[in-house]
Amino acid sequence: MTALDLPPGHFGPYGGRFVPEALTAALDELDAAFTDALADPAFGEELSELERTYTGRPNPLTPARRFSVECGGARVYLKREDLNHTGSHKINNVLGQALLTKRMGKERVIAETGAGQHGVATATAAALMGLECTVYMGEEDTRRQALNVARMRLLGAEVVPVTAGSRTLKDAINEAMRDWVTTVDRTHYLLGTVTGPAPFPRMVRHFHEVIGREAREQILAAEGRLPDAVVACVGGGSNAIGLFSAFLDDPDVLLRGYEAGGDGVETGRHASRFAAGSPGVLHGARTYVMQDEWGQTLPSHSISAGLDYPGVGPEHSWLHDTGRVVYEPVVDAEAMAAFEVLCRTEGIIPAIETAHALAGAMRLGRELGPDAVIIVNLSGRGDKDVATAAAWFGLGDAAPVGQQ
Amino acid sequence: MSRSLAQVFAEAKAEGRAALIGYLPAGFPTAEQSVDMIAAMVDGGVDIVEVGLPYSDPLMDGPDIQSAVELALRGGATTDVVLDVVRQVSESGTTAVVMSYWNPIERYGIDRFAERLAQAGGHGVITPDLTPEEAGPWIAATSARDLDRIFLVAPSSTDARISQVSSVTSGFLYAASTMGVTGARTTVSSAAPELVARSRRLTKLPIAVGLGVSTGAQAADVAAFADGVIVGSAFVRRILQAETPAEATEQVRALARDLARGVRGG
Repeated sequence: MTALDLPPGHFGPYGGRFVPEALTAALDELDAAFTDALADPAFGEELSELERTYTGRPNPLTPARRFSVECGGARVYLKREDLNHTGSHKINNVLGQALLTKRMGKERVIAETGAGQHGVATATAAALMGLECTVYMGEEDTRRQALNVARMRLLGAEVVPVTAGSRTLKDAINEAMRDWVTTVDRTHYLLGTVTGPAPFPRMVRHFHEVIGREAREQILAAEGRLPDAVVACVGGGSNAIGLFSAFLDDPDVLLRGYEAGGDGVETGRHASRFAAGSPGVLHGARTYVMQDEWGQTLPSHSISAGLDYPGVGPEHSWLHDTGRVVYEPVVDAEAMAAFEVLCRTEGIIPAIETAHALAGAMRLGRELGPDAVIIVNLSGRGDKDVATAAAWFGLGDAAPVGQQ
Repeated sequence: MSRSLAQVFAEAKAEGRAALIGYLPAGFPTAEQSVDMIAAMVDGGVDIVEVGLPYSDPLMDGPDIQSAVELALRGGATTDVVLDVVRQVSESGTTAVVMSYWNPIERYGIDRFAERLAQAGGHGVITPDLTPEEAGPWIAATSARDLDRIFLVAPSSTDARISQVSSVTSGFLYAASTMGVTGARTTVSSAAPELVARSRRLTKLPIAVGLGVSTGAQAADVAAFADGVIVGSAFVRRILQAETPAEATEQVRALARDLARGVRGG
């Protein structure tokens, strides 16, 4: 089966729409609004203007000289999505979809969030554009990411802790879908990654392609050539697809995605859809899913809330099957080791999600050697993870100087 | 051998009433008791039993059914258990269909599921998250075994969409009364009569209305314009709230009686 045999909205056999009929009209409306916006130069200009004056794009491609030493000497560059307003790549997609919400005449957005980065970005865009905002977040995640909960509330969003199921991102998505099906005439579901029913995967990818466009131009300016490898962490997979999109047609550029290995794939406590999942249907699309022999979704696990999801964007499933992108698990301990290395060599505290990509770069750099050029998507900053990291590294409160 | 869906709807029509369709998840509240609960539902006057296949991510269901399927899954309600419940219901002479989200069917094997369901005496499947665009292999598998495929329409469905959905549907068309998830509501949405009237102009299939019906009076209202009335969460809630299995059975039977009076015009 090739992509051409299937209706639009598919990536090979993956993607499509598996949703309650009540959502069909809204997805058709969204598809039409997106198509219409793409053809309207004013939409592109408005988005570019926001990216420049609000997000702070273009963000730099930072040569990570001291970190490179830990990567077998390969020259590693960091695409600094952490320097965007709100601290991660998520804002790229959110601004695009918030503009579409206005175009569709809707006045309310809802979102799911795992680590809270997408929730914060959505709350930010809603405040900027005068939209009502409700964010669904698994109760477990509201504890892990308390700082982001406070940020969303400061921005005027309602945060709803979800107590169903495993109380993480998967259940937050279920709850957001239930809200949407009930309020769809006035609400847009501002989905935060390249998953879900068509047209979400294609649309969210489009809004993140700016990452790849900038990185390609920047690496050509810095090195005078394309990189040997481009790497990113993969939860739903939006930061990865955004960066990869500019290099998919360059067969000499290796593309690597790193998914959460949790306690280790062999323990069952992980979020490695490609290493241990199989094709199925979850949250509106056919894709790789962690599931049991009966098709029940298995709980995922990762130290990183943003990678703790049993499904993955359908385009990644296709890129996996075609071999264009290689996906590997990175366990919690390896990610946290890379987290510490980046803090100490570059003075940059990354998000724990991002630390999985950094661990991947350390592996790959040692494999490719000192002549290699590698771009890592530094998808988010780690302020939200300071408490988790402090607990991991056993950094208790230091005794104040001068006290006995 | 139980009667086909077409026969049940035709007989109800001949009696000048709507058919009553009752939903309960297999394995709820326990594997053994679920068959008793269904029997009580039938004893009270349910014409067609919708056996729910418990799924981990029921995104079209409200809190009552979510709780019920979580309990069922914890109790080991696998697809094979569901098929066994269908077999027992069918052997008792009652018409049974399965209601399932798509992934468990695909995982079981589309052909294998259709084959086993037909062997168990089931008459069809309601698939709330399968769209006609994605249904090619399912249409082939069900057609080959004379199983009915029940798709849904919603108040937001355009006329063109209703025609498209109806063209792949058999047995009956499931009209979701409201924009929302399953769950008892104090009033049945005013969108339902309009949706049924529109659908009637576009298909000859019997039309059953679901989502939100929980009392005999509501069933009577819906029966005035639809060919079938579907009730699920209200049964589930009676079982969740009962102190003992005996009380649960009694409550289910009493609700079914009330609803059965309702579909006969009150």
